[in-house]
Amino acid sequence: MSLLRFEDVALRRGGRLLFENLDLALRPGDALQVSGPNGSGKSSLVRLAAGLLGAERGHVDRSDLALADDNLALDRELPLRRALQFWEADVDQAIDSAGIGHLANVPIRLLSSGQAKRAALARVFASPAQLWLLDEPLNGLDADGETRLSSMMEQHRKRGGAVLAASHQPMPGNWRVLELKA
Amino acid sequence: MITAVIGRDIRRGLGGGAWLPIAFFLLVAALVPFAIGPDARLLSRIGPGALWIAALTAALLPVERLIEPDRASGTLDQLFLHGMADESIAFAKILAHWITFAPLLLIAAIPGAVLLSMDGQSLVKIELALLAGTPGLASLALAIGALTAGLPRAGSLAGLLLLPFAVPLLVFGAAGALPLEAAVSLFLTAGAVFVAAAAIRASRT
Repeated sequence: MSLLRFEDVALRRGGRLLFENLDLALRPGDALQVSGPNGSGKSSLVRLAAGLLGAERGHVDRSDLALADDNLALDRELPLRRALQFWEADVDQAIDSAGIGHLANVPIRLLSSGQAKRAALARVFASPAQLWLLDEPLNGLDADGETRLSSMMEQHRKRGGAVLAASHQPMPGNWRVLELKA
Repeated sequence: MITAVIGRDIRRGLGGGAWLPIAFFLLVAALVPFAIGPDARLLSRIGPGALWIAALTAALLPVERLIEPDRASGTLDQLFLHGMADESIAFAKILAHWITFAPLLLIAAIPGAVLLSMDGQSLVKIELALLAGTPGLASLALAIGALTAGLPRAGSLAGLLLLPFAVPLLVFGAAGALPLEAAVSLFLTAGAVFVAAAAIRASRT
């Protein structure tokens, strides 16, 4: 059973063909890193996997998923816990796992960029979805943040989840790598 | 999820300057006597039309904050990923916008009518017309907000788009033709849900 499957997928954006004839499958426990130079289509592939973009050709099957990308999607005026509770009811464990438990009552607008990144990841940690889609998850994270993310991804995979991450940096742990060309 | 979106938008609307369009509405209503003069009979005669023009211009103010902040922050994407149809998002936002806009406008119409020397019967008529017309006005504002989200000079463009489409509301509302006003309002509300949803979908590409 695949949590994500691409069959002969092609994607064109702004008149430019980003990739074609792309086949991939993510099964429970899998981790796939999409790498490549700037503009090679890593983020577009993540959005395509999420269903936010449509393929020019081919077929994409996906299970329930959670996405963390550059967009925070959290109400800037609300404290962190309440902002996250808009998306998931039980967020305390996810906040602690992201190492931002002490910021639970701090408004989102006052978080630093690294703390905001952890908040976006906490939204994914709190989700019951089996498939995690992460766009540049290491950007803005310090060493502690990277360790926590790595640990959460490992636990998620052991529980039968899968992770697809678009990153120009090597992801910590064992990952299959899909290299996109510019 | 739909009730959460409605609740969130109402909270944000009331906490984020819902009084601004109302203050603008009253300001426009207050300017009319200065422009026309103190002739109470003339003011009373043009009062309903003046209040409707004030309502239309007031409806323009919040257009840029109805959709764009949620588009830019990725909230619309996340709502989609949480299984919410774009039509449901549009409906929830229209309802929340109407709740934060219309009741305050109906209240503000009372001092507005006094400023324009309107009698009690005219006030009741304009209140009923606003009650019937504001769902259409709120829907139109949201659809225009969705169509212009992310575009440069969206505020100016919104004015150019919204005002012509609001002419039927203005005509029937100012004339006190309640059944026609309600029909136009219903038509705009029903159409705006699908227009706004299509615009939200298009903004993802």
